[in-house]
Amino acid sequence: MLQIISLLVENKPGSLMRITGVLSARGYNIESLTVARTLDPQLSRMTIAVDVDAALRQQVVKQMNKLVNVLQATDLTESPAVSREMVLVRIRTTQESRTAVLKEAEIFRGRVVDSSTDGFAIEVTGDPEKLDEFVDVMRSYGEIDVTRSGVVAVSLEARKLRLQPPVPTRGAEKLEEVPG
Amino acid sequence: MATLMSGAKMLLECLGREGVECFFGYPGGVTLPLYDAVYDHPIRHVLVRHEQNACFAAEGYARATGKVGVCCATSGPGATNLVTGLVDALMDSIPVVALTGQVSTKLIGSDAFQEADTFGITRSCTKHNYLVKKLEDLPEVIHEAFYIASSGRPGPVLVDIPKDVFQAQGHYTPVTSIHLPGYKVYTEGHTGQIRRAAQLIAEAERPLVYGGGGLIASGATPELREFADLTDIPAVLTLMGLGALPSNHPDFISMPGMHGSYAANMAMTHCDLLIALGVRFDDRVTGRLAAFAPHAKVIHVDIDPAEIGKNRVPDVPIVGDLKRVLGRLNKVLEEAGPRVPAVAPARQAWWKKIRAWKEENPLTPPVSDTEIKPQHLVAEIDRLSGGNAIIATDVGQHQMWAAQFLRFNEPRLWLTSGGLGSMGFGLPAAIGAQLARPDKLVFALVGDGGFQMSLPELSTLANCALPVKVVVLNNGYLGMVRQWQELFYNNRLSAVQLDAFPDAEKLAAAYGFKGRTVARPDELGAALEAAVREPGPYLLNVKVSPFESVYPMVPAGAAISEMVLAPPQPVAVPK
Repeated sequence: MLQIISLLVENKPGSLMRITGVLSARGYNIESLTVARTLDPQLSRMTIAVDVDAALRQQVVKQMNKLVNVLQATDLTESPAVSREMVLVRIRTTQESRTAVLKEAEIFRGRVVDSSTDGFAIEVTGDPEKLDEFVDVMRSYGEIDVTRSGVVAVSLEARKLRLQPPVPTRGAEKLEEVPG
Repeated sequence: MATLMSGAKMLLECLGREGVECFFGYPGGVTLPLYDAVYDHPIRHVLVRHEQNACFAAEGYARATGKVGVCCATSGPGATNLVTGLVDALMDSIPVVALTGQVSTKLIGSDAFQEADTFGITRSCTKHNYLVKKLEDLPEVIHEAFYIASSGRPGPVLVDIPKDVFQAQGHYTPVTSIHLPGYKVYTEGHTGQIRRAAQLIAEAERPLVYGGGGLIASGATPELREFADLTDIPAVLTLMGLGALPSNHPDFISMPGMHGSYAANMAMTHCDLLIALGVRFDDRVTGRLAAFAPHAKVIHVDIDPAEIGKNRVPDVPIVGDLKRVLGRLNKVLEEAGPRVPAVAPARQAWWKKIRAWKEENPLTPPVSDTEIKPQHLVAEIDRLSGGNAIIATDVGQHQMWAAQFLRFNEPRLWLTSGGLGSMGFGLPAAIGAQLARPDKLVFALVGDGGFQMSLPELSTLANCALPVKVVVLNNGYLGMVRQWQELFYNNRLSAVQLDAFPDAEKLAAAYGFKGRTVARPDELGAALEAAVREPGPYLLNVKVSPFESVYPMVPAGAAISEMVLAPPQPVAVPK
C-alpha cells in the first residue's frame, strides 16, 4: 500500500529538495507529489504518495518533521483522510463509439472538457483506484493520452499545529539596553 | 541605529555578536571581500592548509568547548572540500557553522569559474543550509545558523554567500530575535514518562546505563554523576560518550561494542533494564540488533525524536534534553526516598557478576621488551595525561586502542571521529582544540595512514606555534583494514602496506620544530616525556609491532556476546 504523507511547509527555495531528499536518500521512489500554496502564501501544502517499507514509515515522517522548513508532516495512510486525484484523458473515438464513451464518462462522473471530430478530452476526479478503473475502461475504446495530477489528501481529524515562538538572538538583551 | 556597511563587515559583526573568537578557513576569489574585512577585524582567522581541515579544526574547537566552531571556504573546490568535515560533524552532532563564498548572484547557474551548487551539494551533509541572495537577509540567516547549529541535536549549518552580497553596502540593524516556526527543540521530557522510567529503575534487578555522545552535548555530567550516586547502577559509555563519567568512577565499566570490553558487552547482553541516554543504537555498538540486550526493557532518552525507535523500540521513550530529563529523573528518584528495595540482593548479585566479567577478561595493555606494543604506547600517553589531556584521534586501530586504554576525568577531552570515521581528523581537530584551550596538554594520536592525510597541517601547527604533541602510532599498515583482511579475506593483504613514511625528525625540522622516531620500548617513556616538555609542537613517530590487532572483537553481523577475545592461533605472518 502506498504511504500518503501530508506536509505543511514553508514556501522557501530548497524546501522541496529537503523533503524529497529524506526519501531519495533511502532509495524510495515517489509515486506522486503535489505542492500548492495554502491560504497563507508563505506556506505550501504538499502531498506525497510513496512506497515505503512498513517498518520505515514512521522514521521517514519523523525525519521530515525534523526539517527546519517543515511545520508539520503527517502520515495519512492509516488515519481517517480523504484522498483525491484528477485525471485528464484524451481519447480518439470512432463515430460509432462516441456515445458509449460519453456514457462511460458519465458513470465515472466525468466532464467533457473538449470535444472534436477526433474524440474527447475528459476530466475525472476521484480516489486513485477509481481513476485507474476509468483509465482502463477508456483504453478499451481506443488510443488514449493520460495526465494525472497526483494525489491530494486531507486529514479528517483535527490536528494541532504547534508553531514555535520567536527566540532572542545571543546578546539581544544587551542590545536593547543601549539607549537608542 | 542602522549603520552603512558592506555585507562582509555585516557578517563579521554577526559573528562577533555570536561570540566567535576565531574561525578556520582558506581564502579564494569570491571570498576576497570577506578576507579584506577580516584584515583589521578583532576576530582571529586561522589559515589552514586544506578546507577539509578547516572544518575538522572547527569541530575540534567545538568538541573541546561545546561552543559553535566556525569554518570558511571559497566557492567551488573550497566548498566541495568542506563536505567530509560537514558530514563528520553531522554524524557526531557537533555544532559547526560553515561559511562559503559563492559566485555573484547574476552568475549563479551559468557554470562560472569556480562555481558549484554548494547549496544542493551540502543539503544532505548539514542539519540545515542557506543560500543568501539578498544582503538584507544576511544578518538574520547568520543568527539562525548559529541557533540551529547549537540547539536541539547540534549539527553543522552551512551559509553560502555570493560575492556581490559580500560587496553590497547596506544598513545594518542588529537582529534581536529570529523566528523558525517549524524548528522544534524538545527540552523538558514528558513528566509521566519520567515517572514510568523511575518506576522501571526501581524495579530492575540488572539495570545498566548505556550512555553516549548526547550526554556530552547536553553537558549532563553533573546530573549523570548524581544519578550514579543515587542508584549505583553500572554504566557503559560509547565511543562518543567517553568522559561523560570520569574513567575512575566506580560505576563505569568501559566502552561496549565491536571493540568494547568483555564486561561491557556481557553486561549489555544480560541486563534486564537498559537506560539508554543520548545514544542511537549504532551498529558498531549493538552488533546483530536482534540479539542485542535481548532480556532488557529499554528506557531511551534523546533530544531527537527521530532516534526514538529507529533501531530499537523502547518501552519508555523520553524526548528531551538529557541535562533536564536526568535532573528531573533524579528528583523523582530522590523523592521516592532511600528505601532498601526488594531488588537489593539481585542488584548485589548483578554487580558481583560484572566484577567477575571484568576479572575474567580484563583490558590490559600487553608490553614487550623487544618491540613497542601499540597498546603500550597508548598506556604511556595515558600515564602522562593522567586523564587530563585532550586527545584527538583519527579512525582505526589506534582509535580503538585509545578508547580502550585512555582515561578521561571529564567530558570534552576525547575528540574522535566516531560516526563518519574520517581519517585525517586527529591533527586538525587537535589544532582547533589547542586554540580553544591553550592551557591544556593536547595530543593528536594518529595512525601513519591518517596522519599522511592531514600532514600539511604541520605547517599550520608551526605557523600558529601551537604546542600540540603529534604522536604517530606507526605500524606501517592501514591496520584496521589489514586486520579485516587477515580475519575475513584469507590474509590476502591488499593495498594496506604503507611504505616510505617520512623521517619524522627531518620532517618536523623542515617545518621548524622538533621530531623523533622511537622503536625501542625502553626509550618510549622518556621520548614521550621529552615531547611533552617541549614548549612548541612535537612530532613523535612511534614504530609499533606491525601485526598487532584490536581485541576483543565482535565480527560484523555477530551478537556482541559472541566476542573474539584473542587472535586465532597461530597467527599467520605474511611474507
